[in-house]
Amino acid sequence: MSVWIYSLCALGLVLIGLYGLVRSHHGLQQLLSINVMGSGVFMLLLALAARHAPADAVPQALVLTGIVVAISALALGLALLRRLASYDEDPSHE
Amino acid sequence: MSEWVMAGLVVWPLIWGALTLILPSRWVLFAGALGALGTLALGVWVVSLPPQIMTLGNWPTPLGLSWRLDGISQSLIGLTAVVGGLISVYAGVDKSCPSVFWGLWLGAWGAMNALFLTADVFHFYVTLELLTVSAVAMVALTPSAAATRAAFRYLVVSLTGSMFFLLGVALLYGRYGVLDMAILSEQMTMDWVSALALAVMTIGLLAKTAVFPLHSWLPQAHSEALTAVSAILSALVIKTAFYGLMRLWLDVFATLATVSASMVLGILASAAIFWGGYQALTTSRLKRLVAWSTVAQVGGLLLALALVVQAQATHSVQTASLWQGLVWLIGAHALAKSAWFLAAGTVQKRAGSDYLTQIGFAMQHSPISVFAMTLAVVSLSGLPFTMGFIGKWWLLSLAWELQAWLWMLVSLLGSLLTLAYGWRLLNLSLMSRVWPQPLNPVSVSKDWVALGLALLAVIGGFGSHWFWEGI
Repeated sequence: MSVWIYSLCALGLVLIGLYGLVRSHHGLQQLLSINVMGSGVFMLLLALAARHAPADAVPQALVLTGIVVAISALALGLALLRRLASYDEDPSHE
Repeated sequence: MSEWVMAGLVVWPLIWGALTLILPSRWVLFAGALGALGTLALGVWVVSLPPQIMTLGNWPTPLGLSWRLDGISQSLIGLTAVVGGLISVYAGVDKSCPSVFWGLWLGAWGAMNALFLTADVFHFYVTLELLTVSAVAMVALTPSAAATRAAFRYLVVSLTGSMFFLLGVALLYGRYGVLDMAILSEQMTMDWVSALALAVMTIGLLAKTAVFPLHSWLPQAHSEALTAVSAILSALVIKTAFYGLMRLWLDVFATLATVSASMVLGILASAAIFWGGYQALTTSRLKRLVAWSTVAQVGGLLLALALVVQAQATHSVQTASLWQGLVWLIGAHALAKSAWFLAAGTVQKRAGSDYLTQIGFAMQHSPISVFAMTLAVVSLSGLPFTMGFIGKWWLLSLAWELQAWLWMLVSLLGSLLTLAYGWRLLNLSLMSRVWPQPLNPVSVSKDWVALGLALLAVIGGFGSHWFWEGI
C-alpha cells in the first residue's frame, strides 16, 4: 500500500517539476525544475526498492549514480548561467 | 584480446582526454592527436571482431553490467571512428580551436563508444548524460553570449530528455526487475506500465535527437558552435539518441511497437522533414541553413525507423536487412553532414561572415569546399552513385513493399527539398556578379578534410555490397 502512496507522490513531483520547467523563463528556475523532476524519479526508484523485506540494493545504487550525474550536470548549468550573467553585465565581451 | 579492444575504446580516449587538460599547452595537440589516433585504430579494429557479449568484472547479468558487440554497434563504432578521426584532423589544423576542445572531444568520443557498447538501459542513461555534458561544454567553447545561451538551452532540453528516459528506466525496473536489454526484450508484455515506459523514454530520446516539435534547440546550438564542434554534433552526437530509439523500438519494446505506434513516429518525421526544409529554404545564414537541414534529415531517419517498425510488426518483409538499412542511412548522413559543416565553416571563416549575401566571393575562391558541399548535397538528397542513393533506394523499396504510399511521397518530397536548399547555397558560387572583398587566409588543408569526408560518402556508394551481404 505505502509503495503506491510513495510512487504516486514521486510521479506528482515529476509533474510539478515539468510544470515548473514549462512555465519558467529564468535559467535558474529551469535548472531547479529539472532537479525537482529528478527527485521525483529518484523517489520512485526508492519506493520500488522498498517493496522487498530487506530493501532491494540495485535501485539504491542507481539513485546514487543518478545523483552524481545530476550534480555534475547541474554544476555545468550553473557555470553557463554565471558566464551568461557576466556577458549581461559587460556587453563589451561580445 | 577482444575484451581489451572493447575496454580500450572507452578507456583510451578518456585517459588521453584527461591528460590534455593537465599537460602544458605545447603538448596538448600531441596528446590529443595520439588519443584520437588510438581511438580511431581501436574503432576500426572492433569492426573485425566476432559479435560477443562481455560481462564487466565477470558479475552475472541481472546485477552486473554487460557490453554487447553486434552488427549495429560495430558499424556505428567504426563510423564514429572514421568520421571522428577526420574531424580531429580538421580541429588540429584549426587555429581557433582552444586546447580545452581536445579533452571534451575525446571524452565525448569515449562516451559514444560506451553508449554503442552497452546492453543495459541504466548504463545507457549514464553514457547519454556523459555525452550531453561534454557536448554542451563543446558548444560553450565559442566565446560569445549567443553561443552560451544556445549551450544552456541545449543543456536544459537534454537534461529534461534524460529525466524522461530515467523515469522510463525506473518504470521498467519496477515492472520487470531487470535492466538488461536482452532480458527485458524477452519478458516484455503489453501492459500500461510498459506502454508508459516506452512513451516517456521515446519522448526523452526524441528531444535529444531534435525531432520536431522538440527540435528548437538544435539550429542555435549547432550553428553557434565552432566548426569542428558543429560537425561532431550534427554528424555523430545526434545519432546516439537515434540509436537509442532504434534499440528501444526494434529490440527492447518490440512487442509493443505496433503499426499504429509507428504512425506516430511517421507523422512526427514528416513534420520535421517539411519544417526543417522550409526553414533551410528561408534562413539568411550559412551555418543555420546546414543546421536546419539536420532537422529535416533527422526526420528522414525517423521516417525510416517508422517503416522498419511497421515491417517488423506486420512480418510482411524479410527482416534480415532492416537494421542494415537504418545503419546505412545513419552512415550516409554522418559522412555527408560532417563534410557539409566543415566546408561551410571554412567558407565562413574565409569570408568573415555567416550571411548568405556576403559569402559569394569566398565561395568562388573555395573550389574544393564547394565541391565537397556539392557531393554532400547530392548524397543527402539521394542522387545516384552515393551512399545516400543506396539508402534512399532501400527506403523506397521498403515503403513499396509495405504499400506505405504516403511515407514514400514524403520521402521523395524530402529529397526535393534537400536539393532546393542545397542549390540555394551552391548557386552562390555560380553568380557572375559578386562584390570582391578581402578574404581571411585559411589553410587549404581544411578544404581537403571536408572533401575527404564527402568523397567517402561517394566511395561508400560503390563499395556497399560487403556491408549489405557481409554482416
